[in-house]
Amino acid sequence: MANSLEMVSISKHFGGIRALENVGFAAHGGEVHALLGENGAGKSTLMRVLSGDHQPDTGEVILDGERLVLSNPRVARDHGIAVIYQEFALCDHMSVAENIFIDDLAFGRRFIDWKALRSRAAELVASLGLADLDVTRPVSDLSVAEQQIVEICKALRRESRVIVFDEPSAVLTERETQQLFRLIRRLRDEGVCVIYISHRLEEVFAICDRATIMKDGRRVDTVRIADIDQTRLVEMMVGRELAHVFPPRHATIGAPVLEVANLRLPRLVEDVSFTVRAGEVLGFYGLIGAGRTEVMRAVFGADRMAGGEVRLKGRAIANRSPGEGVSNGIGMVPEDRKGQGVLLDLSIATNIMLRRRNDTTRAGGVLNLGAETEQVNRMIRALRIKTPGGAPAVSTLSGGNQQKVALAKWMATELEVLILDEPTRGVDVGAKSEIYQIVNDVAERGLAVIVISSDLPELIGIADRIAVMRAGAITGELGGDEMNEEALIALAMGVKQ
Amino acid sequence: MTVTQAQRPGGATRIGRILLQNSSIVMLVILVFASAMLSDAFLSRGNLFNLLRQLTPLLLISIGMLLVINTGGIDLSVGAVAAAGGLAVALLLPSMPFDGWFAVAAGTCAILIFGGLLGAFNGALIAWFQLAPFVVTLAMMTIARGMTYMMSNGQPVRLPYESRASEILDSFGSAGMPGLMLPWPVVLSIVVIAFFWFVMHRTVFGRMVIATGSNETAVRLAGIAHRRYIFAVYVICGALSALAGVVVTSRTGVGTPITGVGFELDAIAACVIGGARLSGGKGTVVNTVIGVLVLGLIGNIMNLMSVPSYPQQIIKGLIIIAAVMLQRFGRDSR
Repeated sequence: MANSLEMVSISKHFGGIRALENVGFAAHGGEVHALLGENGAGKSTLMRVLSGDHQPDTGEVILDGERLVLSNPRVARDHGIAVIYQEFALCDHMSVAENIFIDDLAFGRRFIDWKALRSRAAELVASLGLADLDVTRPVSDLSVAEQQIVEICKALRRESRVIVFDEPSAVLTERETQQLFRLIRRLRDEGVCVIYISHRLEEVFAICDRATIMKDGRRVDTVRIADIDQTRLVEMMVGRELAHVFPPRHATIGAPVLEVANLRLPRLVEDVSFTVRAGEVLGFYGLIGAGRTEVMRAVFGADRMAGGEVRLKGRAIANRSPGEGVSNGIGMVPEDRKGQGVLLDLSIATNIMLRRRNDTTRAGGVLNLGAETEQVNRMIRALRIKTPGGAPAVSTLSGGNQQKVALAKWMATELEVLILDEPTRGVDVGAKSEIYQIVNDVAERGLAVIVISSDLPELIGIADRIAVMRAGAITGELGGDEMNEEALIALAMGVKQ
Repeated sequence: MTVTQAQRPGGATRIGRILLQNSSIVMLVILVFASAMLSDAFLSRGNLFNLLRQLTPLLLISIGMLLVINTGGIDLSVGAVAAAGGLAVALLLPSMPFDGWFAVAAGTCAILIFGGLLGAFNGALIAWFQLAPFVVTLAMMTIARGMTYMMSNGQPVRLPYESRASEILDSFGSAGMPGLMLPWPVVLSIVVIAFFWFVMHRTVFGRMVIATGSNETAVRLAGIAHRRYIFAVYVICGALSALAGVVVTSRTGVGTPITGVGFELDAIAACVIGGARLSGGKGTVVNTVIGVLVLGLIGNIMNLMSVPSYPQQIIKGLIIIAAVMLQRFGRDSR
């Protein structure tokens, strides 16, 4: 069985945002083809096109010489295309066996034969060398690695010509990864076309035959792994011009404000320590899933810590809720702007005044609308939010201005530390530099600022120091001239230099 | 300062854990014992049969509700649909061209179809137009209730006198199976419970209902046409509700427009006491039956002890909260 998959000049837009432009690549059966690129390069979107979950604006998918119209996931499945998503698509309350055979529980018969279902699931699991996984257990009881195995079983239970693994090893231990590799090699030898998406370059070199590199929704190149080294691959993934304008920095760095020591979180984060000083901007870089957001949520009080120490100006604190975090002087603008950052359907004024100060209320909590309007307008001017006033809903604003509203909420609060999680994601270039300016102003006022970002040039442009996280630990901290893209990516991906 | 994870409540011993995880059964057993201690009349066959007979309509509706809740939906129209079904059967029987068994069978089928159609209206709007179940079924609750007032001019409708069909229906409501003397409504309950246990446990349909409520995205990405399952549960719920109305009419001999007021809340409470998750994906037929029995027992024992009906409602509400809290501990103790 020799399969060949070709994706030809695929383009895809979401609203006004271009996710894929003219992307094409070819992979054949009997090879493991890597798909590489930074966060947001368009790999996952391309694979969603392949799985029939997204319809491309233009372009076509050709499998074994046959042009396919992949109008929904079922069509793709029937053509033998299986995608193992990074975010699992499992039914939590159902058993392993049911999840594996979810689309054919009765094997085409009228009623479910539980014995047959279990034994066939157990057989499948055992054939992967994982006989110890009990197929009657509900998926919610499984470890993340075991859930991954269930996803793989789902793909393997039918004859697949193409199997896509989207970041399969992100949640696996070294031993489990080796097990996965054995499985992938077996599939490859059986003639299956395996597409492997990963951020871990050493794995790509261990298992892949060729690689297609993507950047900003385009294909950079397709290369043979044997002909290339890690440094060159990283260059191809990064290679981009600096499009941002970074305002000059004038803040003077003072005494330590926030000190975090040996922070641990269940299963996610091991022993993270860092310090931020007054007037300093500390950047946090890392790949998705490295644990940056989780660390900050724990410091803020949104999640519980499993252990460790947080000191604010020398005083030990333990925030058990965001409310405690705020009263200790910590503010956070979350990564998911629309879901967690702003109240999308409510007015700009309501959003800005969400954290209300006493000077906008009268006795008994009655609103002082005059004072409120004045404060809202002052904030709109100060942060240059593009709106005629406080009345329109936040949803009418562009992404950048929405983010400014999320920031404005903290401007009226007495803070020592401000944490910004991906503050410029989905923000246009103009608004980006305005947000950088706000970050500068905040630092100049003497706050300690932490910025999580996956956009390296941005982080290098605005941060005084950058801490890099990988797999739940800080792998390095670079400051001043040491902050260059190659070094930071190498730390984030665990490339040895 | 070192922060350790908060101690989980109730995680002490294995037996404690098992008890907590089956809190609805434990609650039922406790209630049965308490009832037997508190009142001599409780364990008499007359009382028990009567209790079960009275619970049949709620049980039918709760099973329909369970299916809907399993998909992550809700059906607020069940009580009104039951009233419509109960009235329709009283109006239908005298106008039928035949009498006797055939009339009862044909009438019941017609009512099932009627209820199913009302449910289909809900289901279509929810599954394909993707309207919120709460709103759609709230509207249907008003619509069906309005139908009952129109059908009856606001007056109770008696089953026709001097009719063989009425006698059959009436004896279904009051008599029992020869030999065991098991009341017929209880026999019906057992048949329906067994049927839906089988459907939920052994058919693809049942598992897809659960799967859809558990993770709709996963089901869609597996290439399964999940909307038809969402549609179907509302049809089933509508049909079962209308059937419940027929059972009420058979017991009382009249169809009234005020039948089943508040049934939707009792049915939801029964599902929740039985451990169903309102966001879907969790909840079994057997546990829902237990939920219905718990609810029924609470009312029964308070009646036997002559607790006035107003405080009864308060006690019932508190017991529902207690049941749900027990489940929360049971979940956390895993």
